Amino acid sequence: MNAEQKPAPSQWQPGVTPDEVMHRHGMIGKPVSRLDGPLKVAGKARFAAEVPYEHLAHAALVHSSIARGRISELKTEAARAAPGVILVLTYQNMPRLQNPPLFGSAPKAVGASTLPVMQNEHITWNGQPVALVLAETHEQAEYAASLIEVRYDVLPAKTDFDAAKRQARAPDTILGEPPAIEIGDAEANLQAAAFKVDATYRTPRYNHNAIELHAATVAWQGDELTVHDATQMLNGTAWTIAQLFGIDEKNVRVLSPYVGGGFGGKALWDHQILAIAAARLAQRPVRIVLSRASVFRIVGGRTTTEQRVALGATQDGQLTALIHTGVAAMTPYNACPEQFSFPARHLYATQALKVAQQVADMDMMVNTFMRAPGESIGTFALESAIDELAGQMQLCPIELRRRIEPSKDPVSGLPFSSRHLLEAYQRGAERFGWDQRNPVPRSRRDGEWLIGMGVATATYPYYRMPGAAARIKLTNDGHLTVSIAAHEMGMGTATAQSQHVAERFGLPLEQVTFELGDTTLAAGSLAGGSSQTASIAAAVIAAGEQLIDQLLMLATGDSPLAGFKRDQVEAINGGLAVRGDTTRAETYAAILQRAGRTALQCEAPAPEPAELQHYSMHSFGAQFCEVKVSAITGEVRVTRFLGSFDTGRILNPKTAASQFRGGIVMGIGLALTEATEFDPRSGRIMNPSLAEYHVPVHLDVPEIDVMWTDIADPHSPIGARGIGEIGITGVGAAIANAVYNATGKRIRDLPITLDKLL
Amino acid sequence: MQFTINGHAVEVEADVRTSLLDLLREQLGLSGTKKGCDQGACGACTVLVDGERINACLALAVQYQGRAITTIEGLADEQTLHPLQAAFVEHDGFQCGYCTPGQICSAIGMAHELERNVPSVVTADLTAQRIAFDHDEVRERMSGNLCRCGAYNGIVDAINATFGRASA
Ligand code: FES
Ligand code: FES
Repeated sequence: MNAEQKPAPSQWQPGVTPDEVMHRHGMIGKPVSRLDGPLKVAGKARFAAEVPYEHLAHAALVHSSIARGRISELKTEAARAAPGVILVLTYQNMPRLQNPPLFGSAPKAVGASTLPVMQNEHITWNGQPVALVLAETHEQAEYAASLIEVRYDVLPAKTDFDAAKRQARAPDTILGEPPAIEIGDAEANLQAAAFKVDATYRTPRYNHNAIELHAATVAWQGDELTVHDATQMLNGTAWTIAQLFGIDEKNVRVLSPYVGGGFGGKALWDHQILAIAAARLAQRPVRIVLSRASVFRIVGGRTTTEQRVALGATQDGQLTALIHTGVAAMTPYNACPEQFSFPARHLYATQALKVAQQVADMDMMVNTFMRAPGESIGTFALESAIDELAGQMQLCPIELRRRIEPSKDPVSGLPFSSRHLLEAYQRGAERFGWDQRNPVPRSRRDGEWLIGMGVATATYPYYRMPGAAARIKLTNDGHLTVSIAAHEMGMGTATAQSQHVAERFGLPLEQVTFELGDTTLAAGSLAGGSSQTASIAAAVIAAGEQLIDQLLMLATGDSPLAGFKRDQVEAINGGLAVRGDTTRAETYAAILQRAGRTALQCEAPAPEPAELQHYSMHSFGAQFCEVKVSAITGEVRVTRFLGSFDTGRILNPKTAASQFRGGIVMGIGLALTEATEFDPRSGRIMNPSLAEYHVPVHLDVPEIDVMWTDIADPHSPIGARGIGEIGITGVGAAIANAVYNATGKRIRDLPITLDKLL
Repeated sequence: MQFTINGHAVEVEADVRTSLLDLLREQLGLSGTKKGCDQGACGACTVLVDGERINACLALAVQYQGRAITTIEGLADEQTLHPLQAAFVEHDGFQCGYCTPGQICSAIGMAHELERNVPSVVTADLTAQRIAFDHDEVRERMSGNLCRCGAYNGIVDAINATFGRASA
């Protein structure tokens, strides 16, 4: 093959050639209002529980009241005889299913655990579904479920974290990373250090508590299954359901055009699987809507941790030791070790580093990913400790971070793709008025209120998930549609991606459609790890290259583009033009019309995320917080907050600001009010309601200021690194540090409730 | 049972146990009103009854016959948006959009309460001729409407832009 015949180089090669579109300032960077906004505010966006079906049957669940043991007796006669009841499903008549393939065990495996779903009499957590009632109406199903009596043979269970952690074990991996890393002798350096901090931090179980209850509307037609789901993992759900039921993946269609909040929790849990089984047995379409209590019982949350952070520093503020170790509660049936040690692996320069994570097996509802799993609570511990060290050294905590800023990744030694943390600190400090902070704790007071300021680093990795493809259809009126089984849980996916597509193909926004939320579209990767924007962009780039090749093949004869290759043209003004000579151009419509084509279509998968092999890729930020703490009641109020971020290119400042703020608001809950309380004797969740699990409400949230560097990452597609999770990171520590500055009390045990401050 | 919903008379067979929320969502196809807890803790199900906001999940449908019920679908006609709905879009007063119909109905009811000078727990001067339409009053009065996406700033901005006395 000679040089001429080689395909034109990709406009973006992972880890090699930057994507030139990241520097354009047309549609990218515009504060476009959400394109689906009018539907949402009018109540017309249809969620999973709202899809109408004829002859719909309604499901209700019965949960186990013990943590471990076996069902010895099931009395279902009264329920079966109750008005409207169609079916009572228990392990006795449940269809035999394969065990769920565990999340991560195969490319599309998303099973929350390996536990069989209602296949036998064994109980493995308090809250496990033991029966499903199907009835003509929701009321009838609920009533009949209340008539079911279950007796158990109870076995001893590990329901106390403090006891379980004594038998903690090292997991095989932490999401593909080693559970422990040692560089140098951190313990020895710590002992010898001029300044040292060595403290234990505790964080409780949290639940996502998206306001939309988990729900699914499912229907079989012969062997074909349709699942209207609330999910952030469409293709994974379809594949995993197919494995469970032993059917062809092609026969499972999952739709989820709108999700009422996800945060990691809208995944494949028992309720969809049970509803699908019930629908098959009853030969009826089935709707299942979990009660809020059921959401707590069968949807995992962020797990409990106990973390040690120890820092040793020299007189001039260089770290000689950074130690971050600890234990997270988990089960033997899942693989979510809550990667709290990840920030310590990449944030700071240190002579010696020691990180080590263990898990303590418990008999509980499996834990799962929740917004910045690991980083949210890992930064609470690490960034509290940095603040403690700065206090001991009588050094501004921002100055300390300046002195320990690394020039390359401390563990891998790779260069950072783009790191502007110190700039985020500097700009944030100016805007927030950080110089107003009195470093002496308990020195500002306004009547009963003690006032303090705190700061902490935010960080979250860049991920780009494999598996995404994009389908592009261009019609001869010049309209371009991109279709991907992507997810919209509030991120503004269709809006930001329409802007991206418009920019990339030189089209006005009205000439672009972005379709998502359906497994009949091109495969999407899951919406997790703040990865969706980059994953989609890489797929659109790949499909777009094919599209341009196809267009150039049609642009022959007297076309001004005749004879040009892909790397010689650019997309502009609704068509293609020769680079450097925009007079030699032709619109998409003209190219198709001359060739007598009504439409062109192509589909291509994204390349592997090779950029991650060349660079250490992370987002950063500085979280600034002011609190007031009542000297009388210990009540904490967040009065001001500013997040200053460095997350690559921002596609839409309006929706991005909301996403950053949303993360910060969830961080306020993490810091101050939220905790899922277990009864350590029974493993029962004691506060399974929004009345007793306190998410932040309007009055808890001040006006939150957000800003960003908007510096494009040259190694990610469109220069973006993802923003869904970083907002929550660092918030817990920023608040704890502000509370310390206000009161002189260092709280290392979340949430910071008033009893801890009295 | 007979109801007046968004100005239309409707007659429907319903279980006496059916909540107003389930009646709307499951039987009348008015799924704009949302269910987030079914126990009065989140406000997603807020609708207006004779202009006052209520949690439809805590209301038995049978009790609301003959009252004027307004849901998110009835705030404007098919093609247009109520000014507050438009302001929510403009100020990005939501992300997932699930709490949004409840926030909007609640805010409309709240604005009426402020107009009528009904005090709240943060009202400093209970004898004031006119209770201030300020940041704390709005946030306190909207605190029954949870937004897990954390769109609170945008929601308050949209409410201020629509009902704030400066803009009125
Ligand atoms: S659904 Fe009515 S208050 Fe939550
Ligand atoms: S917009 Fe998602 S809960 Fe409010």
